[in-house]
Amino acid sequence: MKGKALQSHETNAASDVEFVTFFTGGQSFSIDIRQVREIRRWSAVTPLPHAPAEVLGVMNLRGSVIPIFDLAVRFGLSPTPDNPRNVVVIAAHETQTVGLLVESVSEILSVSRDRIQETPDLRSDNSRQSIIGVIPVEDGMTRVIDLGAVIQSGRKTLQ
Amino acid sequence: MSVQNSIRDMFFEESEELLESLAEGLALMHSGSHNDETVNAVFRAVHSIKGGAGAFKLSALVAFAHRFENVLDEVRGHRLGIDAEILRTLQRSADHLADLVEAARNRDEGENPQTAEFLAALNVCLGSTPEPGAADVDETFGFAAITVDLDDLGPAEATEGQSYTITFCPHPGLYINGHDPALLMATLAELGAMTATPDLSKLPDLAAFDAGKPSLAWTIQLATEAEESAVRDVFEFVEGLCDLSIVQNTATQPADTEEKVESAVAVAIKVEAPIAEVPLQPEEAKGQPVLAKSDAEVDAGNAERSGPKPTLRVDLDRVDRLINAVGELIINQSMIAQRVQELHLATDADVVNHVEDYRLLARDIQEAVMAIRAQPVKPLFQRMSRIVREAADSTGKSARLVTYGEGSEVDKTVVERLADPLTHMIRNAVDHGLETPEGRIAAGKDPVGTIYLSAAHRSGAVIITIRDDGAGLNRRKILEIARKKNLVPADAELSDAEIDALLFLPGFSTASTISNLSGRGVGLDVVRNAVTALGGRVAIASTVGQGTEFTISLPLTLAVLDGMVVSVAGQVMVIPITAILETIRPGLDEMHMVGTSDRIISVRGKFIPMIDVARGLGFTRPPNHPEPRTLLLVETENQGQCALIVDRVFDQRQVVIKGLDTNYGAVPGVSAATVLGDGQIALILDPDAIANNRVLSAANPWAGAKLNEGKSLAVA
Repeated sequence: MKGKALQSHETNAASDVEFVTFFTGGQSFSIDIRQVREIRRWSAVTPLPHAPAEVLGVMNLRGSVIPIFDLAVRFGLSPTPDNPRNVVVIAAHETQTVGLLVESVSEILSVSRDRIQETPDLRSDNSRQSIIGVIPVEDGMTRVIDLGAVIQSGRKTLQ
Repeated sequence: MSVQNSIRDMFFEESEELLESLAEGLALMHSGSHNDETVNAVFRAVHSIKGGAGAFKLSALVAFAHRFENVLDEVRGHRLGIDAEILRTLQRSADHLADLVEAARNRDEGENPQTAEFLAALNVCLGSTPEPGAADVDETFGFAAITVDLDDLGPAEATEGQSYTITFCPHPGLYINGHDPALLMATLAELGAMTATPDLSKLPDLAAFDAGKPSLAWTIQLATEAEESAVRDVFEFVEGLCDLSIVQNTATQPADTEEKVESAVAVAIKVEAPIAEVPLQPEEAKGQPVLAKSDAEVDAGNAERSGPKPTLRVDLDRVDRLINAVGELIINQSMIAQRVQELHLATDADVVNHVEDYRLLARDIQEAVMAIRAQPVKPLFQRMSRIVREAADSTGKSARLVTYGEGSEVDKTVVERLADPLTHMIRNAVDHGLETPEGRIAAGKDPVGTIYLSAAHRSGAVIITIRDDGAGLNRRKILEIARKKNLVPADAELSDAEIDALLFLPGFSTASTISNLSGRGVGLDVVRNAVTALGGRVAIASTVGQGTEFTISLPLTLAVLDGMVVSVAGQVMVIPITAILETIRPGLDEMHMVGTSDRIISVRGKFIPMIDVARGLGFTRPPNHPEPRTLLLVETENQGQCALIVDRVFDQRQVVIKGLDTNYGAVPGVSAATVLGDGQIALILDPDAIANNRVLSAANPWAGAKLNEGKSLAVA
């Protein structure tokens, strides 16, 4: 019985999915917890030439070079101000590991799949492409990020 | 099954080495500087492949190798003279043998349609001699048809030559006189395939053992084309020191492949007996250990005569793990060095000395580890001679390949990834570079074109040059094509070097007709990309009437580089030392403005464009930042010398290369990144890209050239 429940985890609309939610640019975003590798303190990055504005640069994660994205810029908000309390969410998408600069990490949210609503038709291309859904929470809602799209667009702008 | 597979893998690994020595020997024969030993080595290589292939029932391979071997045997026996035609056939057969080995490795069961053609060519060689080979001709197609079992193969093969049964029982005197049965057998093995079976029946038990009394005897089966007298000659010097009988076998026996294969197993096991004896036989200690060794050697088709250096086959993953760990060690070392430096200790403080020792040690370790991955370019170069042959054949030109410096060692990955671009360039050289024989004669040249391929180490890089002695680049035609294809504005005036560089633009192909060799829409841009991906660069030089030369310079290793640490607009960056000629701090009077933004500097009377690295990368300096005055003179592939403007030069150090591609992607103007002593990432710049300003022009290379701030083109 239990095995069956686990098996249908992916497909069962009523099953729970966990998200890490965080704040940046005054808005709440979230990302599937299975993509999150770790959460780090902000440390200086090395800027990349000709990079799109949302790519802050690269940082050293135990010997690997990983790019850091400013999520606020990605969604057209003003750049995240320098603050020692900023954090970097290290997340992995397929074979790539990237860091997302955010102002604060709020909580781990466990919601059933059927509570995730489709993104309403948005005017901004960037937002429409990089947000796969919204989840209503107590004090409003949180936007679910499509990490792959965020990385992809960071590359596309580069070309 | 897995044991079988690993033996199979070993066979293919060995075959690769054998094919290499085969190619090498044939090249020597081709150049005329061969002796009997060269021919023997070539013969042994083919023979060993045949033997191994037989063990795995690779019948097509065995059949072809066998015929090939027959021809070589004729050559070896001086019954067949080496002329150009024979050499041609031999070389093409060697190529085909390589193909068959490759097919067998890929378990490609299909019949290679070319086999029959090559067999026929080999038969022509055999047919020209009235010697035993003549009998073979009729069998030819029988061979091609053989498909499955070695049992079938055996009788077919055995019809050539005779087989002898030799019984050989040494007397004590034989050993006392310093003779060695192993050497005798090695000599026998040169006559043909042999199997030696030791007769252990007279071995006394340990208690009764008398070291002075040899108790071993051998029964030897020898399949050879040699006369009985030749066989008897082998034993000439031990006459009277042994019991010897040589009997020619009357029945036709499957003497060759099958038994050889069997014996590979048989001797491997039986050899153990003599080995066990060795420590007990002080008088024979000189001879016996060799016996054990040479027995095996004899059977391995007496392949490696020239005493191979002992080597170790190691899984590449293990080496790479080690290399990664050493990379981290180097970073750790520089971190510690930096921390110690921050302590501002006296220079003679113990810890300062130890850190210095640590640095040297770490560097030693690193060099040693890198040497593991280093491989000579020789096999790569050898493959190219085949490319030249094939390209020459299909274009109706005649060409030879001359190689230099094939002992130069480069990282394994570099060697592997260089194969495709090099193949392409060699084909180009034959196809586009060389003229037709008639054209060459008309130009007063040797009708046979020469392609020179050389490798040399130069200050931390390996330089590979591909030069042909053809007509040189037709610059007028290149420019015409480039204009027709809209690669350049119709009115652009280009220098010779700039025209040459057009060849590297995507979509450029000069051949008026698309041959099946080069010109399939894959141009030199692909070559350039492949080389750039390896951290190297390609340059081109051409003299009308004398030929074209491509120079590829590559890093020796892909893991570390020596770099100059500089700062640009407040960022610490690394510029590969290989690109830097010198650093300059010019006086104000040496710098000149051209127009509003371009600046040039005179260095020893020569005017050189200045390129602001910060601007090239799109970085802005903080306001009130003093105008940088430090210049790095760099040599670029297509822009000649340029002076890069940087803010400050810190020091020179070895850095570990970290790719940006894994987690991000290629960044224009930046080749990679590294981790500095403080844990920060520094970008490794690509001076060439910055100088070319391809930075701004990923999409349209020509647009970039127009924007090029370093070198203006006169655009009317």
